[in-house]
Amino acid sequence: MSMDKETVRKVASLANIEMDEAELERAAAQISGIIDWVEQLGAVNTDNIEPLANVANIELSLRADSITDGNYQDKILANAPEHTQGFFVVPKIVEQQS
Amino acid sequence: MTALTHLSIAAALDALEKKEFSARELTQAHIEAMESRRELNAYIIETPDIALSQADNSDKRRAKGDKAGLLEGIPLAIKDLFCTDNVQTTAASNILKGFIPPYESTVTRKLFDDGAVMLGKANLDQFAMGSSNTTSAFGNVINPWRGDDGRDLVPGGSSGGSAAAVAARIAMGATATDTGGSIRQPAAFCGLAGIKPTYGRCSRWGVIAFASSLDHPGPIARTVEDCALMLRSMSGHDPMDSTSAQRDVPDFAAALTGDLRGLKIGIPKEYRLDGIPAEIDTVWEQGIAWLKDAGAEIVDITLPHTKHALPTYYIIAPAEASSNLARYDGVRYGHRSAEASTLSEMYSKTRAEGFGEEVKRRIMIGTYVLSAGYYDAYYIKAQKVRRLILNDFTAAYEKCDAILTPTAPSAAFPIGENEDDPLKMYLNDVFTVTANLAGVPAMSVPAGLDARGLPLGLQILGRAWDEETVFKVAGVIERSAKFETLPQMLRKAA
Amino acid sequence: MAYLTQGETGEWETVIGMEIHAQITANSKLFSGASTLFGAEPNTQVSIVDAAMPGMLPVLNAYCVEQAVRTGLGLNAKINHTSVFERKNYFYPDLPQGYQISQFLHPIVGEGRIEIDLEGGKVKEIGITRLHLEQDAGKSVHDLHPSKSFVDLNRSGCALMEIVSEPDINSPEEAVAYLSKLRMILRYLGTCDGNMEEGSMRADVNISVRKPGDGLGTRAEIKNVNSLKAVQQAIDYEVARQIEIIEGGGKIVQETRLWDPNKGVTRSMRSKEEAHDYRYFPDPDLLPLHIQADWIAGIKETLPELPDQKKHRFIGEYGLSPYDAGVLIAERNRAAFFEAVAKGRDPKLAANWVINELLGILNKNATALDDSPISAAQLGALIDLIADNTISGKIAKDVFPLMYETGKDAGQIVEEKGLKQVTDTGAIEAVIDSIIAANPDNVAAYRGGKDKLFGFFVGQVMKETQGKANPAAVNDLLKKKLDA
Ligand SMILES: [Mg+2]
Ligand SMILES: [Zn+2]
Repeated sequence: MSMDKETVRKVASLANIEMDEAELERAAAQISGIIDWVEQLGAVNTDNIEPLANVANIELSLRADSITDGNYQDKILANAPEHTQGFFVVPKIVEQQS
Repeated sequence: MTALTHLSIAAALDALEKKEFSARELTQAHIEAMESRRELNAYIIETPDIALSQADNSDKRRAKGDKAGLLEGIPLAIKDLFCTDNVQTTAASNILKGFIPPYESTVTRKLFDDGAVMLGKANLDQFAMGSSNTTSAFGNVINPWRGDDGRDLVPGGSSGGSAAAVAARIAMGATATDTGGSIRQPAAFCGLAGIKPTYGRCSRWGVIAFASSLDHPGPIARTVEDCALMLRSMSGHDPMDSTSAQRDVPDFAAALTGDLRGLKIGIPKEYRLDGIPAEIDTVWEQGIAWLKDAGAEIVDITLPHTKHALPTYYIIAPAEASSNLARYDGVRYGHRSAEASTLSEMYSKTRAEGFGEEVKRRIMIGTYVLSAGYYDAYYIKAQKVRRLILNDFTAAYEKCDAILTPTAPSAAFPIGENEDDPLKMYLNDVFTVTANLAGVPAMSVPAGLDARGLPLGLQILGRAWDEETVFKVAGVIERSAKFETLPQMLRKAA
Repeated sequence: MAYLTQGETGEWETVIGMEIHAQITANSKLFSGASTLFGAEPNTQVSIVDAAMPGMLPVLNAYCVEQAVRTGLGLNAKINHTSVFERKNYFYPDLPQGYQISQFLHPIVGEGRIEIDLEGGKVKEIGITRLHLEQDAGKSVHDLHPSKSFVDLNRSGCALMEIVSEPDINSPEEAVAYLSKLRMILRYLGTCDGNMEEGSMRADVNISVRKPGDGLGTRAEIKNVNSLKAVQQAIDYEVARQIEIIEGGGKIVQETRLWDPNKGVTRSMRSKEEAHDYRYFPDPDLLPLHIQADWIAGIKETLPELPDQKKHRFIGEYGLSPYDAGVLIAERNRAAFFEAVAKGRDPKLAANWVINELLGILNKNATALDDSPISAAQLGALIDLIADNTISGKIAKDVFPLMYETGKDAGQIVEEKGLKQVTDTGAIEAVIDSIIAANPDNVAAYRGGKDKLFGFFVGQVMKETQGKANPAAVNDLLKKKLDA
């Protein structure tokens, strides 16, 4: 299924990457080509096959509930593009997140 | 001093132990070599001060008679995907330019705990996405090897800086990562050995994520034995990585016995592809003959889903990447667009400016295949095919102990080739990507030169957790191939 | 259906489902070793994992898993032996990873149910759809700067249980009862402190209306309904809004709305044109979580007696009224305090003293039961003094505030103040004689048939003895003398 420019625009917005019309055009062509190519998987018979998310054939190991980390505000903020009074600073959030 | 940079890690460890030279001398030789070969662009940053201080500490430990670490005094290049404490780490992306991690990745910490020395941060494809090291925001890396036409060649990718540095003798070994072939393909392109161990063998903690279920840290070095020494240091359970296995780390180098009697080597028919240069087939046939000579039994096997591996990979890897790279948002670290006045602009402009083309392309593909309405058709489908690929290996390993294939469908190609067609570029990983999907260990070892004098590699795949057999087989290929040729740029100097 | 709202076109039924986010009581975060303590300086209780620095990986907190299982058992729910962590992808400044690690297709806890208590002692069962584990986000502060928002990640990564109910709730009162009951159960289990002011419990309310007998209407999801009062008000407002729209010929839009506690309205959180597409997929940094049956059984053995069980036992074992039992079981420590006081004593008397006197004085002083200056043993000893006639109940009520003020034992106060009851009949008789002598008119009137004057004589005797005379003895002796 080829991707049109509008689909690419929607994907770019979900991915939060600004693209101008020319970029959208180019991306639509390239990504369509790749999507068309991966669609060959549709021909593989996967009846009764469980999806495989991770090959690590081990039990998930858990940690104990102890405080072993944190308390280094300076490290947390050291690379911040903007910070003040211990907070990260971003342009005003106008919409509430759902 | 030139001679020092041409030693193997094993030989250098020996000489350091015998006090034939100091770690400082060894490191100094590498720093000078590194500075003289900057045209390769193998390093994003050089860290000579750190290197010398680590070398001095190593010398002090030896002088005190402390037990020498596994890599005591050995200068390495660190792929700039490994976070290094207080040293800029960028993933070769503008979005992380200037990022100074306040932490050390588990793998590099283990190396430094074992006495290794860091020469600098090696260049790579941006976020490890590429097969040519031409997607770095810090410029292309040039392969020290040249064909007879003299054009600049790619070193392979994504660990192109690591491979170029080791091949150019400006590092004795390098850390690397392999998500679809990013250790093995550059190793093959640069005439080196490189191993992608079993998934879960080396911790991913502190390694900038590309595709979490496929990312494998591992070493690139000039000999199989050097890879074995490095991998031993880099391996081991890490409680900070939930996918890291609690497994003992064997002395991989001890497996290099040269004796393949009793071993069955599988040859998968699906790896004979149309349109692959005949020389690749010739090297493969040669490899088969060497293994037979060393006592191995050759068996035909089938890995029937091989041809689906690449499309499977190009769904799963971008899907994971699209989510892994969501954290680069300009809020806490890295680039933030100067053009943004609203929150929404901060996100979309920061990411548009910070990510390179290939990275954006993969984020877009990944976002698309995970999005509502497409998830089952693409992502779940790919995960199912991934299981079939794993099943292929499980079945194959009932018939054989290791598998021999070519590493890459071509030798190193000129910079700029395949550039305009991402699909063509993706085909570079056609032989390597199955091992990432299945999590099994796989190694590339130099096996010969093509007609233009460029290295070709052979790939050995093993059972999960059986790197020892992989090393054993690779050692035989290496010894039989007697691969000693130097890249052209070093021939005069040597 | 008892609760119906009258509209212009007839009666409307309300259908409510609730999603409660409850912060798990744990020392450290769900996937990192940073502290969960409330109220620290911004970005101090943040690890490099919580800040989603490059290369950071999550490691699951075993205790949080245990707490979720414990909660599931307390909700009479099915514990799933395999559950999967998935990533919910969206961008927000207080969501450092760009995704929330949550559970989607395979939650740790499946279907369960709880009983809620309604007016008049009625009980209703509310179904639980699921409980899943997830990370909390950080906090954005919008009012410190005109054009900037400030982000604090202290809360980022704290463990939450999202508890989703079936749409079994049909009125604001039921919603309040559900939330209160859930909170009580979590506090009993010790899995969430239930502190709504600090945001340890947050409610999202899904509301729709329909004509009785009709299928489900389109719902609106109301966020930020973070107190019992807000639940009541938000539902009232939203039900009225929806009925008005439908009766006006309009249609309800399925959307997320925000409760504005200041204006008392819900308002649309108009998001971008396209709906959210969270692109859930299994977190490749984590593996499926497997829970063994014997481990679950071990947790089951440590479960405390839950509120409903306790209430029924208090009614049966102690003969308490459902109301008193309900008050006493509202908090686990309160019930335990009561039981310590009641042990070996008259349970109704103990209940009266705990509910009316102790809780009253604590409430007046805004003091928590755990900080009470009067221990259960001390209150019990006071009740013992009443039972063995050392003091009267009336004197006891004078002693009690002194105990509260000084922390002294009742016996000591009674001793020091000389409040011991006079049971010596000779002494009481002497007092009575003098009172009879001093009030000949009243004696005559009483004997003439004015029975009510008996109380006057009792009062006089008590006054004379400063309340220390044993009331029963006073009664007996007075009767004997006056009726003689
Ligand atoms: Mg929800
Ligand atoms: Zn939630």
